[in-house]
Amino acid sequence: MLLIRCPYCNAERPEVEFVYAGEAHIVRPVDPSQTDDDQWRDHLYVRNNARGLHFERWRHIHGCARFFNALRDTVSDKFVTTYKAGLPRPRIEDIKESM
Amino acid sequence: MTKAHRIVGRGRIDASRPVHFTFNGVEYQGYRGDTLASALMANGVHLVGRSFKYHRPRGILGAGSEEPNALVGVTHGQGRFEPNTRATMLEIYPGLATRSQNHWPSLKWDVGAINDALYMLFSAGFYYKTFMWPKAFWTKVYEPFIRRAAGLGTAPFEPDPDSYASRFAHCDILVVGGGPAGIAAALAAGRAGAKVILVDEHADLGGSLLSETDATIAGLTGQQWLDEALAALADLPNVTLLSRTTAIGYYHENFVGLCERITDHLEHSSVGTPRERLWKVRAGQVVLAQGSIERPLVFDGNDRPGVMLAGAARTYLNRYGVTVGERAVVVTSHDSAWLAAFDMAKAGVKVEAIVDLRSDPSVDLQERARVLGIQILVGWTVTGTRGRLRIKSVRVCPVDLGGDAHILSCDVLLMCGGWTPSLHLFSHSMGKLRWDESEQRFLPGDHVEASRTVGAGNGSFGLAAALAEGDQAGAAAARELGYDSAPATYQVNGEFALSGRYFNELPTDRNPGKAKAFVDFQNDVTAKDIRLAVREGFRSIEHVKRYTTNGMATDQGKTSNMNGLAIAADAVGRPMPEVGLTTFRPPYTPTTFGAFAGYARNGLFEVTRKTPIDQWAESEGAIFEPVSLWRRAWYFPKAGETMHAAVARECAAVRSSIGMFDASTLGKIEVVGPDAAEFMNRLYTNPWTKLAPGRCKYGLLLGEDGFIRDDGVIGRLAQDRFHVTTTTGGAARVLNMMEDYLQTEWPDLKVWLTSTTEQWAVIALNGPNSRKLLEPLVEGIDLSDEQLPHMAVAEGSICGIPTRLFRVSFTGERGYEVNVPARYGRAVWETLYESGQEYGIVAYGTETMHVLRAEKGYIIIGQDTDGTLTPNDAGLGWTIGKTKPDFVGKRSLARPDMLKDDRKQLVGLLTSDPTVILEEGAQIVFDPDQPIPMRMVGHVTSSYWSESLGRSIALAVIEAGSRRIGEVVHIPMPDRTHAAVISQTVFFDPQNSRINA
Repeated sequence: MLLIRCPYCNAERPEVEFVYAGEAHIVRPVDPSQTDDDQWRDHLYVRNNARGLHFERWRHIHGCARFFNALRDTVSDKFVTTYKAGLPRPRIEDIKESM
Repeated sequence: MTKAHRIVGRGRIDASRPVHFTFNGVEYQGYRGDTLASALMANGVHLVGRSFKYHRPRGILGAGSEEPNALVGVTHGQGRFEPNTRATMLEIYPGLATRSQNHWPSLKWDVGAINDALYMLFSAGFYYKTFMWPKAFWTKVYEPFIRRAAGLGTAPFEPDPDSYASRFAHCDILVVGGGPAGIAAALAAGRAGAKVILVDEHADLGGSLLSETDATIAGLTGQQWLDEALAALADLPNVTLLSRTTAIGYYHENFVGLCERITDHLEHSSVGTPRERLWKVRAGQVVLAQGSIERPLVFDGNDRPGVMLAGAARTYLNRYGVTVGERAVVVTSHDSAWLAAFDMAKAGVKVEAIVDLRSDPSVDLQERARVLGIQILVGWTVTGTRGRLRIKSVRVCPVDLGGDAHILSCDVLLMCGGWTPSLHLFSHSMGKLRWDESEQRFLPGDHVEASRTVGAGNGSFGLAAALAEGDQAGAAAARELGYDSAPATYQVNGEFALSGRYFNELPTDRNPGKAKAFVDFQNDVTAKDIRLAVREGFRSIEHVKRYTTNGMATDQGKTSNMNGLAIAADAVGRPMPEVGLTTFRPPYTPTTFGAFAGYARNGLFEVTRKTPIDQWAESEGAIFEPVSLWRRAWYFPKAGETMHAAVARECAAVRSSIGMFDASTLGKIEVVGPDAAEFMNRLYTNPWTKLAPGRCKYGLLLGEDGFIRDDGVIGRLAQDRFHVTTTTGGAARVLNMMEDYLQTEWPDLKVWLTSTTEQWAVIALNGPNSRKLLEPLVEGIDLSDEQLPHMAVAEGSICGIPTRLFRVSFTGERGYEVNVPARYGRAVWETLYESGQEYGIVAYGTETMHVLRAEKGYIIIGQDTDGTLTPNDAGLGWTIGKTKPDFVGKRSLARPDMLKDDRKQLVGLLTSDPTVILEEGAQIVFDPDQPIPMRMVGHVTSSYWSESLGRSIALAVIEAGSRRIGEVVHIPMPDRTHAAVISQTVFFDPQNSRINA
């Protein structure tokens, strides 16, 4: 069972306190009516399904109930980092250097 | 009763405590400290079961948890039958009743053994081949036969009377395996001050030390040193010792599951003592000291009772004081079996011969054997065994097949094909295995978790190596956690350096096509089966495993995987590491469902949510139904009344006078804040800006994909406050969706969301007399149709209790929903019920609610919709705010697929025979005479008897249904195919005149 650091509680807690909430940084268009059918299809359904590092959303559902973002390795399952919703995607190169 | 096989005083059993137990109804005597296996063999019993497929007589192969053969059924008392218990792990106690499995009518004479003679029918993949023709035989003959024959043992059918505990634990260092390596690790870490848990699956900690006879540690015998070490560990308050505890799985970030067996070895246990306890341990560092598992040799007849692992025989002798036979032959490709032979010979067992497949075993060993008078056959092989229920003789001949075969008489054949490091937990932790070419074995590669593997599990065979590695690992793990640790040294003397070689099937001068050389004893897989699978085209070891079922039994191939891989690799013609080992998965050994369930049983497994009015309904004799986690009153039968009659009566009361309904389970979310209306505009399809405070609206919620997710009446209490209701099952989902958008897409909106589902009790009053009932009880609210019209909400009080009073209807009748704080729900309900007697008020349940709403064509999300219906599909296009620039799901409604004219749409159905009630879920076809398989064009979503209309009604989704009103469709049901006319969804009062009646 993974340990996950909630960036709002700033505490490491077991996985059972959290739920997964899909890929991160998929921004809803400000005006969806301006997207064409293909763009909107991609927004709705097309996901990275990355093997390896993956940006994703989690929710500390049995804690502070906040949604936050994470970088996780889908091969090892482990979290590389977590950060607050709305913050920019961290550069993977920076993280690798600090690892 | 014979004592011939017991050396009293030897081993660790308690000779002062005899224990009487039964096996197949026969009483035997053993001692406290015996396992069933040791006690049976002390009584000369080797035949303990029949095999899975061929029903061949089987004995005891090993002495540990890897045992594939000796599986028995155990009764621990009433309701406590357990099948497939390994006799090697089952501790005996007075009164223990056990029995053998997989035979009829008896263990010694079994009809199913005919399978053994028909072995050619049961080769690899037999279930894909043998039972193919004729086709008609499948359901009548083959399947019933296979179902009766399949399965190991017999499942218990009574509820489990035992309780099971579970707990979390945190420690610095978890040591798995209580052999010399594990003990040395625990001593090093414990003495450094670290918080240590040491677990071992056996009753006694000690592992190989329990059967060690040769070597000394610091001048002490292995057993003396063990006692001192355990005493030292017990004295350390920071060390927890857990015996009878199996580490069943190793999960992420050093999370390890342990299953502790608490009462199974006891004659009596106090009431309330859990049978087992699941430990969920989070460790800073893990030390894996699981040891190694002895590998059988693969030759014709290697499964006969009396053929067993040499190391197991040594364990039975030195740990339990049991000689497994009187006349032994040893066959081996590894030095360790020689030591077993020496111990046996010294204990008075006649060792007929040591047959070593190698041409060059150590001269020292050969010399020792000669001193003990043991015949040595170096470079020889075993080519067969004889004996019906117990081995009687072994056929041996030179490996180069250049000489005559000999027949050696024996009553046990001890074999050793080398040792396999136990890598199961390491693999659970996603550690990759490393191939050790020189020793032809897999070893742990890089550790993924903060862990170390030591001792035989790390390929470091022998006592000195185990102690040294264990000590180093325990100290290093402690240091990593910040403890100071000093290395210990263990002076080991008298240890013999052991080595060996590995063989596939043993060389034979006979026809290998007729050999029954077993690789997987539990699943009855032979070497021939594996080669056949490869010949038939299976190359991947994962496919070979599944096709032959090698390693797929309850022992997960602990004794068979490596032999199976070696033979498969040989057949494929590729090196073993390229063919690869199959994946180890938790649990390490079979684990009870009880242990996993722990406390989570019955009401603690799934809570039953009850409304404040639930107890009233119960006392009124309501029948309940589950709705998500809630239990809801389904209907309220009077004495002797059928469900049909009760629902008809309840429906009639609502339509003619008044009915009351507990709607407390409705999801409720308070949406508050200066941007509340904007938030609602963006989320729901409807326009909210112009909704005046005090007014309500039917809200429809879509997913971003445009499909209906939820609905409910939403009241605006103030400019900045909405009382949102959701479906009973959808409350948590809707709140999650709201939070998601609010937190991540529109964090700028000033809105607060609060779940208020359980804060309000909701009493729905429906029927023409509902206003009359309410009027005298309500204060501060004008109930006139002008002041409180349909779809309005007002705050005031009822019976002196503050209320939010909604004028809404889910029945088509004049309706009110009285919201009061939950703790007053029952009192207000009872008052309304009392006062309503004047109007013949009737309490109704969910079934009547469903019928009444269906008569009006009101949908139920999840019943009439299934996640593929758009608002237009459901006839709810009118809810969409046409001038709103955007809301969740709006863009999707313009996708090409959403605009197709053959989408399934919600319609009504009126059966040609008005008494026929269609089955919900039944498929619909246009042409009932088309060939099967017919083209299905929709399905029935709701179907009821309508008392008001005197006929059945149904809702359905049908392709282009809204264009087909008046057309006839057909619904095939089990008895016959029914015709029905497509209609509008509103069956009753289409003018909506009753809403103000």
